[in-house]
Order: sequence, then C-alpha cells, then structure tokens
Amino acid sequence: MSLNELWFVLVAVLFIGFFFLEGFDFGIGMSTRFLAKNDMERRVLINSIGPFWDANEVWLLTAGGAMFAAFPNWYATMFSGYYTPLVVLLLALIGRGVAFEFRGKVDNTKWKNTWDMAIFLGSLLPPFLLGVVFSGLLKGLPIDSEMEMKAGLFDMVNLYTLVGGITVVVLCLVHGLLFASLRTTGDLQKRARKLAHTMLIPLAALFVIFAVMTYFQTDVFEVRGLPLVLLAVVGLVAFLLAGWFMSKQRDGWAFGMTGTLIALSIAGVFVGLFPRVMVSSINEAFSLTVYTASSGNYSLKVMTIVALTLLPFVLAYQIWSYFVFHKRVHEKEHLEY
Amino acid sequence: MDPLVLARLQFAVTTIFHFFFVPLSIGLALLIAIMETMYVVKGKEEYKRMAKFWGKLFLINFAVGVVTGIIQEFQFGMNWSDYSRFVGDVFGAPLAVEALFAFFMESTFIGLWIFGWERLSKRVHLLCIWLVAIGTTVSAFWILTANSFMQRPVGFEMVNGRAEMNDFFALITNGQLLVEFPHTVLGAFATGAFMIAGISAYKMLRRKDMEFFKKSFKLGVIVGLIASLGTALYGHQQAQYLVKTQPMKMAASEGLWGKSGDPAPWTVYAHIDPKTGENSFEIKIPYMLSFLSYSSFSGEVKGMNELQAEYEQTYGPGDYIPPVRTTFWSFRIMVAAGSLMIVLSLYGAYLAWRKKLDNKNTWFYRLMLWSISLPFIANTAGWVMTEFGRQPWTVFGLMQTKDSVSPSVTSGQLLFSLIAFTAIFTVLAASMVYLFVKTIKKGPYAEGTDDSHSIDPFSKEGYHVS
Repeated sequence: MSLNELWFVLVAVLFIGFFFLEGFDFGIGMSTRFLAKNDMERRVLINSIGPFWDANEVWLLTAGGAMFAAFPNWYATMFSGYYTPLVVLLLALIGRGVAFEFRGKVDNTKWKNTWDMAIFLGSLLPPFLLGVVFSGLLKGLPIDSEMEMKAGLFDMVNLYTLVGGITVVVLCLVHGLLFASLRTTGDLQKRARKLAHTMLIPLAALFVIFAVMTYFQTDVFEVRGLPLVLLAVVGLVAFLLAGWFMSKQRDGWAFGMTGTLIALSIAGVFVGLFPRVMVSSINEAFSLTVYTASSGNYSLKVMTIVALTLLPFVLAYQIWSYFVFHKRVHEKEHLEY
Repeated sequence: MDPLVLARLQFAVTTIFHFFFVPLSIGLALLIAIMETMYVVKGKEEYKRMAKFWGKLFLINFAVGVVTGIIQEFQFGMNWSDYSRFVGDVFGAPLAVEALFAFFMESTFIGLWIFGWERLSKRVHLLCIWLVAIGTTVSAFWILTANSFMQRPVGFEMVNGRAEMNDFFALITNGQLLVEFPHTVLGAFATGAFMIAGISAYKMLRRKDMEFFKKSFKLGVIVGLIASLGTALYGHQQAQYLVKTQPMKMAASEGLWGKSGDPAPWTVYAHIDPKTGENSFEIKIPYMLSFLSYSSFSGEVKGMNELQAEYEQTYGPGDYIPPVRTTFWSFRIMVAAGSLMIVLSLYGAYLAWRKKLDNKNTWFYRLMLWSISLPFIANTAGWVMTEFGRQPWTVFGLMQTKDSVSPSVTSGQLLFSLIAFTAIFTVLAASMVYLFVKTIKKGPYAEGTDDSHSIDPFSKEGYHVS
C-alpha cells in the first residue's frame, strides 16, 4: 500500500471516528427537542454527553486537518466548492458549541429556549449537511480541468443527496437515542429505547432507498461492486442485530450495532470513491484521485510517523474518559450544564 | 465587490475575533493550573475555590475560543483554496498535528476537569488541568509553526509550482518560530494574568471577599509582570530577526522611506503620506532604532524605497510596500500597551510584596480594571502589524495574497458568510460579556453554584478512579 492509499484510509478512519462519536452527540442534541419532557430531562440528556462532545468534535477538525496536509487539492476543491453549505455547517457548530456552555448559566426561560434551539439546530444541520456533501462526492460534482468545483445549488442539493442527508440524520438519531438509553435512568431511558426501536423502520426504508438510488445514480457499484455488496450484507446483519438487541433491552450491544452501521456506511462511501476522492461529473479524467490530490511523499511520510505515534495515545485517553464517566447521569446529581 | 477584499476582510474579522479568546484561554489555563497545584500542595480549600471561580470564566471563554477556531481550520480551504493547494504540503502538516496533538488533549481533559471534581483523585484532577494548559500552549506552537512558514519559508522545495516539504525539522526550528512562539505565548500568559488581576482589583475596590481577591490579585500581577517582561524581551528578539528576514516590514513599521542614517533614530510619531512616499512631520529618539534592530547603538536600517528597488530586481515589477500607516501605528500601539502593562504589573507586584494591598489604592485598582483591555489591544495590534506588514505576500517571497484567494467562490457567497459570521460573533461577544459580568458579580462564594447536589443513594458504589 502506498502512502497515498494509507492516508486515504486514515482520513476515512477519522471520519468514521467522527460520525461514530459525534453521531450520538448529534442524536442526543436532536432528541432534546422531543424526547425530553421538561427542563430537567433536557439537562440530563445534555449532561450525558457533557464530558465528551468537545473531544468528539475534534475528530472532524482532525479529519479536515488530515485532508489539508495529505490531500491539499481535495481539501481546497471540496471546501471552496461546498462554500455555502460549509458556512451553514460552521454557524450550526458554533451555535451548538457555546449553547452547551451557556444555556445553564442563566436562570431565564427565554435564554434557555434560545440556546436549546441552537443545540437542536446545531445537532440536526451538521449531520444533514455532511450527508448531503458525502453523497455529493459519490454522485459527482462539476469539477473542471483546473480542479475547480463550480457547483450550482442543484448540483449540491438534489433528491439523491437529500436522501443521503436525511439518512445520516436518522442514523445519528437512533445512535444517540441508544446512547441516551445507556446513560439515563427511569422513564427517560424507557422512552429513549422505545423511540430508537420505532425509528428503525424509517431508517431501514431510507437505507434501501439510498442504496437503490446509489445503484442508479452513481458508478460505485460498477467500480467496486463486490466489496460494496459485502459491506451491505454485513450492514444488514448489524441492522438486524441492532433490532434484536433493542427488543432484548441490551442497550450497549444495540449501540455497538448502530455504531457498526455508521462505520460501514462511511466505509462504503470511501470504498466507492477509491481511488478517487472527488468524482467529476464533467469528465472522468478531471476527477481528483489519491494520487493527483496528494502532498509529496516526504510530507506523507512525516505525517504517517506523527499520526501513528499520537493516535494510540489519543484513543487511550479518550477511552479512559468514557470509563471515568461510565455511570448514568441522574437528576439528583450535580448537573454541570 | 471584489472577492479578494471580502475574503481578506473576513479573514481579518474571524481571526482577530478568534484571537481575543485564544490568549485568554492559554493564560487562564496556566493560572488555574497554578492555583490548583497550590490547592493540592498546601491543601487549603481557598485555592480550590480560586481554581473553581476563575475556572468558570475560563470555561465560558474556552467555549467561544473553540467554536471560533473551527472556522479557522475550514476557511483556508473555503476562501483561500489556491493558497491551500500551493502550501498544503507544508502548511497543512502543522495544522493536522495541532488537531491530533493539542486539540484532542485540550478537549478530552477539559471534559475530565469540568465533570471530574468528584470522580477523580486530587492529583489526577490536577494532572487534567495541567494537560489542558499544556495542550493550549502546544496548540499555539503548531499554529505558529504554520504562521512562521508564511513569514519565513523554510524546509521546502518547489515541485511543479507547489511548495513541498522536504525538512520537517527545519519547519519546527524555524528562526522566526523560535522568537514568535515565546513572544505570543508569553503575551497570552499576560492576558490571563491581567484579566485575573483586573477583576480582583475591581472586587477589592468593592471590598468584596478581600482575602480571596487579594490572593488572586497577587498571583495575577506576579505572573503578569514576568510574562509582560518576557513578551517585551522576545519582542526585541523578534525585531532583530525581522531586520534580517523581512526588512520591508521593519521599514514600514518605522515609516522609513529613505536610509535611516547611522546610528538610526526611532520615530515616535510620524505623519505618513504613502502616496508621495514622504513623512511631513516626525518626532524621533536618537539611537533607538539601531538598538531595536541590532541591540547596539550603531547600525543603519534600510528604507522602503531602497527595498522596493531590491525586491523589483528579485521578484519582478510590482508594489512591495505594505500598508505603511497600519503597520507603523499597530507597532506603536502594541509597544505602548505592552509598556503600560510592565509598569502597572510592576507597581502591583510592589504593592503585593510590601503587603500594601489595602483599601487606599483605589486609583490603582481602577486603573487595573481598565488595564484588562491592554493585552487584548497589544495582541491584536501585534498581529495586525505582523500580517499587514507582510503584504503583498501570503508566503513571503513565494506567493502573493491576490493569487491566494479561491477562484470558484463568488462575492455573493463571501458577502453572505461575512455578514453571517459577523452577526453570530456579535451575539457570542454580547452573551459572553454578559455571562462574565454575571459570574463576577456573583463572586466565588455564591450559593447554589457549587456542590449543592444531594447524594443519590443508588450511586454510592465506588466510581472513584485513580
């Protein structure tokens, strides 16, 4: 495996880490709107991700940084091409981030409602927009011979990418609800479980629609038919197991299965793309690949050493932080947020 | 409107705003880590209360710093895609390392610190805040590695019209970095120190919780003094380095058009006319520019006209003179604010040393409250000088700003993002100031903010990890 390919895998791993971790944060953030019945329950939900959300978001920053360092042309084309959606994404993430810190600091309903709205929108829009962006990568975008992407609204937002966006939203929601069932108690926990179970049906429908549309709208099944079908089969098994564990109230296992689904979905996107990183809809020859979009070999070598040295430590202390806060969040406890 | 102008304006707005919060986070993290260390070593509850009270302000500030920082990482690609393509190889690496090394560390251990007061042992909890403090400083190191490359490109070779890294070690031992990093980080320490000293002065003025704020004030002025002196010292080093590597920036920051003469005098005030390339009125201190540039009372400094001719020879025809008035005045504002900080913290430290922190010094406490703004002014002015003074270049000698902007982004999109970011920043700033004032008014002994929870009978099983 060349370093270019290794970095493609590493970027994929960083995005998988991001969607797996921040995915449940997003789900919790969304669920504050309809799962929580009162302010106390909302606080319990927010505090369940309190110690984690910030570090989870760093996975996105690191993925972005890795793209910049390893594939400058991919980073430049994609970030400038997707300008407007990324502005909205940034606004959503900004509002959401400070809302966690700010909402509990003033005892005023209006203040709280405002920041609660920021948490809800800030948790709903990012997975949606990223879903739109990633399905756009698969479908292809108007990229010219200069690697410039000059996309109109409908190049970015169309039926296929909308289905992609909604699928990611629902997937994150189910994942988040299961995280809630792991970290809360009593009635709130029961409702989280129930809603997660109910949401499996629309999630299944979305997955099927998205897969069928992918078959007709993209070339990924032609290019990578076998590995994608294998991923889909494993995904189906994970999905069925998720449902089965939910019915047995094995929350942890069910959560692991939705996490697996997330990992497989993102992996699917990257497998479908490879060796391209962005598909050009103008001319196949204009597509960016891991070879044309990458940094020089020296840069990749240095980055490989740095990343492979640091990543184990990062994983170790992040896992440790989950271990420290493994206990369920309870209303009677001191709630920071 | 010209996309280049809008993109530059957005970069200025978002970066300057971001850099209000970053130095405060870096400084407060260090001071809180010191407070908690004193708590663990001396075992006095008062120090824990200090760490917790200042920690509240730190967390509010930290949150704003984090979210405004996300923009920074995105906007190189979004607004400066040609720049990103050109230098991604060299510039992207430190950013990626920053995320991997520093952001993960800060964000994970800040979570452990906030939520871990009762779940971690004292020592492990202390370790968490130190790791946060180290994380913020390490983060500064990597982003300044990237910036230093823009000031003085090293460790690269040109391959197919792109700068490709060929020496990572050269990048992190860049002479520019070795002066820029301590200068910036010490300035950040001073920012945190002046915040704590200023708020404490205000509280002492109100005669609230005197003992608590006396202790905080003392720590603030001592760290403030050391940090401001250090900042000035490294500032001087940086000026000497500047003469060698970016003489044009130096000449512009002096409003120096022709040769300075030997020994070179330092211009305190100048009425600069960039159109004619002349200053109609100047006040000068003899010898001082020679000292600033060479640490000696002799030596000539090149002027802008001479350098312009040299640069035209090297880089081809073009205008290589940065915005002179901005560079000139931002430098003076920074120096003035920095000097005031040294004087104020020196006097404050003197009062603390002679145990004269009583109620008689109201004028001084009032001054200290207002001096909270000084490090922010100095930080901003310093960056304005650094970045404006490098113009027309983004990467000195390699790439100009006008060639760096994204070709595919329209002025409409830029206007939208500029307005949207400015609007949300206004909301953030207002909310943050409001929360700061509220927290400060409540004070460290406020009821119901602290340990007020009842114990859950079901959760007594041991979750103390250490």
